[in-house]
Amino acid sequence: MINSVKKFFASGTPWIWVNAGAVAISVIMTVGLLLLLAINGLNHFWPKDIMLAHYTQPSDGEEPLRREIIGERVDREQVPAERIIASGIPVSAEKPLYERELIKVGNRELNNSDFTWLLTDYLEDIRYPDNLTAFERREWGNFYGYVLEVRESGTAVASSDPTDPADARAWMALEERIARALAIHEEIDELEKDDIGEVNYALERLRLQRRALELRGEASEEALAEIEAEVAVWESSYEQLQTRLSALYEEVERDSVLMLAMNEEQTEIRISEIVRAYQPNRMHLGGKLFVYAQKLWEFLSDEPREANTEGGIFPAIFGTVTMVLLMSVFVTPFGVVAAVYLREYARQGFITRTIRIAVNNLAGVPSIVYGVFGLGFFIYFLGSEIDQAFYPEALPAPTFGTPGMLWASLTLALLTVPVVIVSTEEGLARIPRSLREGSLALGATKFETLWRVVLPMASPAMMTGLILAVARAAGEVAPLMLVGVVKLAPTLPINGNYPYFHLDQKFMHLGFHIYDVGFQSPNVEAARPLVFATAFLLVVVIALLNQLAVTIRNRLREKYKALDM
Amino acid sequence: MNQQSLSSASPVPDTPAGEALASSSHARRKFRHFKDKLAGIGIAVGGLGVIAAVLLIFLYLIYEVMPLFRSALIQDVSEFRLEAPHSDNVLHLAVEERLEVAMRLGDDGEALFFNTSDGALRNRIPLRIPQGQSIVSFALDTDISRIFALGLSNGHVLIAEYDYDVRFGENNERLLTPVIRYPFGEDSFALYDNEPVSRLSVRSNSSELLLAGTNPSGQVRLLRARRETSLLSAFSGASDADWKTELATLTGELPALEQLYLDMDRRWLFAIDASGHLSLVDVRPAFSGGETVIADEVSLAASGGHITEVNFLLGGISLLVGDSDGAVSQWFLVRRDGGGFGLEKVREFDAGGRVLALAPEQRRKNFITANEQGYVGIYNTTAHRQVAYTRLLDNAPRTLAISARGDGLLLEHGDGHFSFWRVSNRHPEVSWEALWQKVWYENYQQPEYIWQSSAANNDFEPKYSLAPLAFGTLKAAFYAMLLAAPLAVCGAIFTGYFMAPKMRRNVKPLIELMEALPTVVLGFLAGLWLAPFLETHLLGIFSLLVLTPVSILLAAFVWTRLPEHIRFRVPEGWEAALLIPVILIVAYLSFLLAAPIELLFFDGDMRSWITHDLGIAYDQRNALVVGFAMGFAVIPTIFSIAEDAVFTVPKQLTYGSLALGATPWQTLSRVVLPTASPGIFSALMIGMGRAVGETMIVLMATGNTPIMDINIFEGMRTLAANIAVEVPESEVDSTHYRILFLAALVLFMFTFVVNTLAEIIRQRLRRKYSTI
Repeated sequence: MINSVKKFFASGTPWIWVNAGAVAISVIMTVGLLLLLAINGLNHFWPKDIMLAHYTQPSDGEEPLRREIIGERVDREQVPAERIIASGIPVSAEKPLYERELIKVGNRELNNSDFTWLLTDYLEDIRYPDNLTAFERREWGNFYGYVLEVRESGTAVASSDPTDPADARAWMALEERIARALAIHEEIDELEKDDIGEVNYALERLRLQRRALELRGEASEEALAEIEAEVAVWESSYEQLQTRLSALYEEVERDSVLMLAMNEEQTEIRISEIVRAYQPNRMHLGGKLFVYAQKLWEFLSDEPREANTEGGIFPAIFGTVTMVLLMSVFVTPFGVVAAVYLREYARQGFITRTIRIAVNNLAGVPSIVYGVFGLGFFIYFLGSEIDQAFYPEALPAPTFGTPGMLWASLTLALLTVPVVIVSTEEGLARIPRSLREGSLALGATKFETLWRVVLPMASPAMMTGLILAVARAAGEVAPLMLVGVVKLAPTLPINGNYPYFHLDQKFMHLGFHIYDVGFQSPNVEAARPLVFATAFLLVVVIALLNQLAVTIRNRLREKYKALDM
Repeated sequence: MNQQSLSSASPVPDTPAGEALASSSHARRKFRHFKDKLAGIGIAVGGLGVIAAVLLIFLYLIYEVMPLFRSALIQDVSEFRLEAPHSDNVLHLAVEERLEVAMRLGDDGEALFFNTSDGALRNRIPLRIPQGQSIVSFALDTDISRIFALGLSNGHVLIAEYDYDVRFGENNERLLTPVIRYPFGEDSFALYDNEPVSRLSVRSNSSELLLAGTNPSGQVRLLRARRETSLLSAFSGASDADWKTELATLTGELPALEQLYLDMDRRWLFAIDASGHLSLVDVRPAFSGGETVIADEVSLAASGGHITEVNFLLGGISLLVGDSDGAVSQWFLVRRDGGGFGLEKVREFDAGGRVLALAPEQRRKNFITANEQGYVGIYNTTAHRQVAYTRLLDNAPRTLAISARGDGLLLEHGDGHFSFWRVSNRHPEVSWEALWQKVWYENYQQPEYIWQSSAANNDFEPKYSLAPLAFGTLKAAFYAMLLAAPLAVCGAIFTGYFMAPKMRRNVKPLIELMEALPTVVLGFLAGLWLAPFLETHLLGIFSLLVLTPVSILLAAFVWTRLPEHIRFRVPEGWEAALLIPVILIVAYLSFLLAAPIELLFFDGDMRSWITHDLGIAYDQRNALVVGFAMGFAVIPTIFSIAEDAVFTVPKQLTYGSLALGATPWQTLSRVVLPTASPGIFSALMIGMGRAVGETMIVLMATGNTPIMDINIFEGMRTLAANIAVEVPESEVDSTHYRILFLAALVLFMFTFVVNTLAEIIRQRLRRKYSTI
């Protein structure tokens, strides 16, 4: 045996296996990470069953603490008995390990916190009654309980018996009224966001116009009167909108629902507060899938609620996409021109080699350095110069002298330009000499050869570079924190107000959203699933982009392999 | 589109077609040539422009950082003689904040206010000194409170304040009216009975005043005045408040005192005698009738010179002592080991010659000296830096004043002669010593490395040591590399040399996909998932780290002992796939078994065992978490470059080695690795560069406390994270802002140099391969 072990080590085989182990670990880590994100991220939207249970926890006093629990089971873990005892629950130390569960009990206005840890051993009488209802609300997070009574302007219109799971009278009435409230809410949103937003924007523009006239010394009586007249028009329309708005608000506040929460607590919830209501225990798989799809769609298409911890992430997706597209507009021509210059025009020698190394290395310079540069040079230097030259009327409030979309995309363009240069150069280098020489021999000028022969053939390489640049830009957060992202932007960077595309505006970003909600929000535990979902989305987008780049690169290689012959 | 452009470029037919066509084709050719030239120029300009833009980053960072190391600039503004009658001896000189007006307090009890531009008299305000009395001594609280005390020949002390009433005129011009106020009442306080107050010191705040004085016979007396806070006076306003005074006389032997200074907290009295001997007296027992306690005694003039000027630095903690040899030393109280306080000499500056005037700045830890040859020096204490040293006068100055913002300097020399200078001194707080060496900050026991850029109060001493940040950066990178280097390099060796091509085609893209993973996602997982997980599964993780290699070896051994018909089912190069279930099982087991083992040996909680039994601090977000997360981030970088290096080793080398009878492992270790090692080294360097500059992971996975401790269970703050946290809040062009730019520059340089080295090594390697 000892001999064979000796031989085994002498053969070197174990070291090969150790190396193989390293690969295996890397693969496990990567796949594990993706799975972790996928499971946690996609789980978030699943309507989990709501548990009803009695919890009898031993206490120091004679009487054990007894209470009713209604909530979703979220997580479980093993905890040594001593830690539980140390936290003040006198469990028996004979059993070394206890299992405890994290239950989402919601009802933040009643319980102070959304979550509670409970010891599984003391959970008794676990049931899943069909008529337990979950609300997603605009404020205070989820609510779990029984529907007792639906009220219209304070008078009951339908009621149910909470002890009878089959009694769905109130629930039916509730569903109807929620649909009505949501429709009104949509109208209110439109009014507030679009119409009133437009008025405010127009008033602000008029104020700036007036200030500009004053600054230029052209504030004649007529000009001022003209502006005043316009202001008056907008203000009157504002008042009309305002009256309509308050009427809508009154209407939406009409209905309410009386709920029975855990431990026999009754509370009245306004239906206008409810975003979605469902009874998961009653639902079969199809119904759950439907709610799942609904929630997923809400996540992708809606605006965030409750300090970004609930609702959707549409503004972040939109901001990321807009910023990345704008960056592409900057980075593509410049990257390609630089690559063409380096490969086709510059004399190949020591200097070009040095520049090539330098450009290559810029891709390895920490992104935060670009952020600092963007902040100092673009915003504080260029931006404030622009403000003084073109937007003196808005001063001292900065227009371009503050972080914003334009500067963020420029900074990222600078950050990703090495990627495009390197990739395009690689593509140019792969084009066989014979093609160029053929074109030149036919009498084409150098530029014509470049434009008609070389560049079209190198276009897949440019695409690869651009896609890699986009993938990198979409995942980059550190520089953006300095040059333009915010946790909550009131309006999208592209909207219906002139000049439609607001380069000076700050925007939301998926990556920053993850950082902000995961680390700056007051209720991290409640926000965590949403952050997982956002992270998963970001990873999927970037992985797809990368896959696309790899595919294009491979096809390109295949294509020119034939030409090389 | 391509098709279309090709057809439009169809060549001119080569048939004879008359002069007109020939000339038009000639024109066309010219146009094409012109277009070609233009495009050439355009591309050159564009290409060079992009490269220049990239260079701009570097230059701009340097441009922002440069001012930090520039000396202060002193520019001549005006030179004048005060024409108005004035007393010979000056008690105090001060310049107003906007540099418009200066004040000179003479020993005749008159305050003269005059223009700094030409010396024209603005106001002359006599102080309310009782008839027949003269001023014997003077003490200034600070130029910030502008309160001063005058010791009179009858033993009384008069407290006054100089100030300016500011109004704005019709055209928004600023109108200054100098005033003298008596914030502690117009009556003087009696310190002695009909004995002159020969030395005096004063400290005050809005509700309390403390005076210390001596009479000619050397008896030290203290006077404390407190605002009587009756309900009535609180409502009627502060102007006619009553002051309750207490008088105390110091007992015990004090040497013949030359100078007296009270500290800002009104607790300590610094009493200095003619030979430069300082006694530190605790004044608190004096008021309760106790014995005088001398806490410490030191000799300020150890070098032999005698003391010429003494003053407090901003904040009233440090005492600056200038002597006849031209040395200025900084002293402050330090808590001694056995309890109690002692005065410690912290650092020394060279003022060039006998110090005649010494003034602290009012907003920064700077001071200005003037020596007897007329040289003026500006110094920063924290940075231990001489910011300026120039000769401004031909003769010895009498006194000097520095404006509130430290931008105006007024010197009096000779008989009523003044010269006024503008000072541009933007960043005195920075020096090599302040950034990278241990600095003894005020209120600290010993020199330390500290990064603390801002605080709530105005007289805060900024602590700009980059050392803890650089240390944190390297610490994070070190732990990341500890995980990443072996995994990535070993993985690369196997993938590049042993792995079956089919598996390689799947594994390589997978690991390269890791590279594209946004670091914010890794940081989020590290901070919110991994950190709590590690905290509860510490033992599991450690046993995993030990058990995995062991189990891999064991699995390998078992595999070689298996009968051939099983072994031959799996072709060579698929070992990694075989190991995946092994590692998963080991991981599962080590977490499963960790809990009972923890219970057995560590009372069920390894974390508290580490903190309590081992005494090692444990943060939830620590270097271990960062090591895992950032290691994860740099594995693909190292992997893909190292794998390239191994894979591209010319095949004839390995075939030759194998043909000569070497085993695969021998071929690898004797042939492949030596050839590929420069490539692997450059991969490690690039990985290191990435770890050093990574921001989001460290920002989210550590507590971001700038500590210097290699402990794996504590966090750190890195340069990059520090920039991300502090730049948005720092004031543009302030010292703090520029230091953050300096940090960015350091990061830039570091990664650039490391990457360039790696790149050069790689290119060399490529050339070497091509010749083999």
